[in-house]
Amino acid sequence: MTAVEMTLAPAPSIDLPTQPRSRARHLRSLLLGLVLPVGLGAAWELAVHLGWSDGRLVPPPSVIFATLWELARTGELWTHTQATVLRVAAGFALGVVAGTLVGAIAGYSSLSRRVLDPTLQALRSIPSIAWVPLFILWFGIFEASKVALIAVGVFFPVYLGVMGAILSVDRKIVEVGRAFRLSGPALVRRILLPAVLPSYIVSLRSGLGLGWMFVVAAELLGASEGLGYLLMDGQQLGKPAQIVAAIVAFAIIGKTTDWLIEVATAPLLRWQDAYGQQAGEA
Amino acid sequence: MLALDQVGKTYPNGVNALERFSASIKPGEIIAVIGGSGCGKSTLLRAIAGLDRASRGTITLDGDIITAPHPKIGIIFQEPRLLPWLSVADNVAFGLDGLSKQERTARVTEALKRVGLADKAGVWPRELSGGQAQRVAIARALVPRPEVLLLDEPFSALDAFTRRDLQDHLLDLWADSRPTLILVTHDVDEAVVLADRIVVMRPRPGRLFEEIPVFLSRPRDRASALFEDLKRRVLTSLDQSLDRAVPDRQDKPVSGEAMWW
Ligand SMILES: Nc1ncnc2c1ncn2[C@@H]1O[C@H](COP(=O)(O)OP(=O)(O)O)[C@@H](O)[C@H]1O
Ligand SMILES: [Mg+2]
Repeated sequence: MTAVEMTLAPAPSIDLPTQPRSRARHLRSLLLGLVLPVGLGAAWELAVHLGWSDGRLVPPPSVIFATLWELARTGELWTHTQATVLRVAAGFALGVVAGTLVGAIAGYSSLSRRVLDPTLQALRSIPSIAWVPLFILWFGIFEASKVALIAVGVFFPVYLGVMGAILSVDRKIVEVGRAFRLSGPALVRRILLPAVLPSYIVSLRSGLGLGWMFVVAAELLGASEGLGYLLMDGQQLGKPAQIVAAIVAFAIIGKTTDWLIEVATAPLLRWQDAYGQQAGEA
Repeated sequence: MLALDQVGKTYPNGVNALERFSASIKPGEIIAVIGGSGCGKSTLLRAIAGLDRASRGTITLDGDIITAPHPKIGIIFQEPRLLPWLSVADNVAFGLDGLSKQERTARVTEALKRVGLADKAGVWPRELSGGQAQRVAIARALVPRPEVLLLDEPFSALDAFTRRDLQDHLLDLWADSRPTLILVTHDVDEAVVLADRIVVMRPRPGRLFEEIPVFLSRPRDRASALFEDLKRRVLTSLDQSLDRAVPDRQDKPVSGEAMWW
């Protein structure tokens, strides 16, 4: 240890001292992000209030919230949300399990990659809605076909994410494991898994995003309950406020589930360079 | 005793990277391997580490033939290669599986103290400077108490000041348990300051060109005349190994890391 390094070294970089400041910044950037939607909503509310528009096709926020409140009060919102969330949960679970397994196999063994990947890439390029008729024939018109469609949507980003992550694991770090004579399973557990974790989580999040997209498609195409059904129902009965209310519900649940993944996995990723935080502050 | 007998390596693409390399290295000896780029230094080291298998010849450590990484052989790479998801202390403990938790903590604490990073035990690798990270890598390689420690240009990515510091540090640590050190370098200064014996290699195919013993006592004075003489000798040998005309070095001052590579 040289004197220079000792004096130049920053104080032990525990996170504590910087936290209050970064929290304040976090709050500020959150508020900054709210300016636009809140401002637009308020302006529209005012316009309808002043009679510049009747707000029939584009209901103002107050009407939307009243509708949401009404749906919640009658318990309808809960029934529909539950139906949708369960579908996404089932499809997401299936898609993640399949995507992780197949992605891991394709990433780990180059032979199976050469066998599997071309086919999967070809399947991936099919617009997923095109599967719907086939899934309905195969799985019937009820839950199974919807869950299958969501699972397909979730599968591909997870598959690609896992395979890509395994392929891009730094060979040099794997070599460290070899130099310390780790067995195959230990190498997977102590080197490969932690190394792929960050991109795995990203792929889970994009898989979930697609899951939410596909549940709408599935429910629009025929369902007797679910937020997608609320959308369709709103259209058929000419109730734009109900449509927007359902959209708002989708947005809130989608964002919440994404946030849940983020929060649940954050402790696993504390070691990463805090690039996102810095970029956010800049 | 580490013995290399006619070791050769041809890569699958046909490159003959190493040819008939023989040496026997006593326990505790410090060997510096020096030579132009592409003359098989890394190939040699990786074969001793068991990370690659030699195509010809045998490498034995105390009678064990080396074909895979061996518990008594440690390696330090040019980059620290710390695992970014482990704290500094956990990185150092990475190779200490068989031990009790208590013993492990004791060794890690001691090693971090020895490399002057006791206060960094809990931080992530990304918070370290290049020199600090490489010291952690040295600690990680040393805690399992290897009998042979291989170093592939371990300090070449560092600035001159940090490099000197780490060279001294390495000698210090070596004095604790006196493992055999095999150090690949392209820094003539480094070779002369550290080694008991300097192995000069030549390229195409990579092979041994000359061995230069270093009979200087430690600690070595980098400014002494004997030191300068040895440096000149090594530089001359390097020039010859690359079939270059040997410039008359007698009256010119030697300017540290030469331009030879
Ligand atoms: N994995 C490899 N596959 C094929 N050729 C290699 C490989 N590694 C090194 N080589 C070749 O072997 C020769 C010696 O390389 P290396 O041992 O890395 O040299 P040095 O470390 O002395 O610079 C070089 O010509 C290099 O291109
Ligand atoms: Mg090399």
